[in-house]
Amino acid sequence: MDRSDDIRGATPRNPPAKVGVHRATGGADSATPEDAALIERLLAGDEAAFAGLIDGFHGRLVRLARTFVKDQATAEEVVQDTWVGVLDGLRGFEGRSAIKTWIFRILVNRAKTRGVREARSVPFSGLPGLDDVGEPAVDPSRFGSDGMWADPPRRWEDDTPETLLLREEARGRLEQAVEDLPARQRAVLVLRDIEGVSADEVCNILEIADTNQRVLLHRARSALHRALDRCLEEE
Amino acid sequence: MLTCQELTELVTDYLEGRLSLWDRVRFRLHVGMCRHCRAFLHDRKLAIETLGKLPADPIPPVVRDELLEKFRGWKR
Repeated sequence: MDRSDDIRGATPRNPPAKVGVHRATGGADSATPEDAALIERLLAGDEAAFAGLIDGFHGRLVRLARTFVKDQATAEEVVQDTWVGVLDGLRGFEGRSAIKTWIFRILVNRAKTRGVREARSVPFSGLPGLDDVGEPAVDPSRFGSDGMWADPPRRWEDDTPETLLLREEARGRLEQAVEDLPARQRAVLVLRDIEGVSADEVCNILEIADTNQRVLLHRARSALHRALDRCLEEE
Repeated sequence: MLTCQELTELVTDYLEGRLSLWDRVRFRLHVGMCRHCRAFLHDRKLAIETLGKLPADPIPPVVRDELLEKFRGWKR
C-alpha cells in the first residue's frame, strides 16, 4: 500500500502545496520568524530586503493576476499597484498571516476591483459558478462498464518534477493547461498547488466556501493531470 | 467495493484528508489491491508536486528599477 500521502521537498522560493492531510485549524499560514525579520528590515528601509522581496514575488504575482484580468499589460499594472499597497500597509502589518498570504490577498483584492471595472469580472462570489461542474476527472471511455480501468494509466515511473520541467514540451503543456482553466479553477490551482497556500487561506482570499474550493481544485487538478498524461503518452 | 472510476473522483478529497473514515478505508483498500489506481495516484501526486515547482517569469529590469525608486521614496 502506498503510504506516502505527503508531497514534500520544499524549495524556499516556491514551496509545494501541502498535499497531506489538511485540517481546518487556524493559523496554519501565520507569519514565520523569517517573515518577522524581513518586515523589520523593510521597516528599517533596507533596500536589499525589498529587492529580494520583489525578485521573489513579482513574476508569481503577475501569474496570479493573469487569472483575473484579460491581458499581460493589465496584470503588470495590477502587480505594480499591489506593491504600492504592500508599502502602504507595511507599517500596519500585524503578522497574523504569512507575508506571502498577505501579499496575495492585496493582489487579489486589487485584481478583482480592476477586473470588475474593465468588465472582465470573474464571478468570485461564494456561490458555485458554472466552472464548478466540470467534465469527469478521467475520460469515461477509459473505464469498462464495471467502472474498472480498460485503458489503465501509465505510471510516470522515471519522472520527477525536476525532470518533467526540464522537458520544454511538458512544461509548456502544463503552463498552457493552467492558462486554459476556467478562471475560478485557475485561481484556486495557482494559489493551492503552485504557491502552496493552505485551503483555509485560499477560501479566505477568494471568499469561497471550503466545499466549493475543493470542487474547483479537483476539476483543475484533473484537467492538469489529463494534459500531462496526453503529453507523456505522445512521447 | 469502490470502482476505479469512483476512485478518480475521490482522489482530491482523499489527498485533502476530507474523506470519511469509511471512505478512506475503502480508498486505501482499493489502492492496495489495484496497481492501475496506484499508478493513477502516483501520477496525480507527481503532477501536483510538479506544479509546485513551476518557475515564474523574472521581474523585468525596468520594473525593478521603478519599484526600488518607489521604495526609496517610501522610506523617506
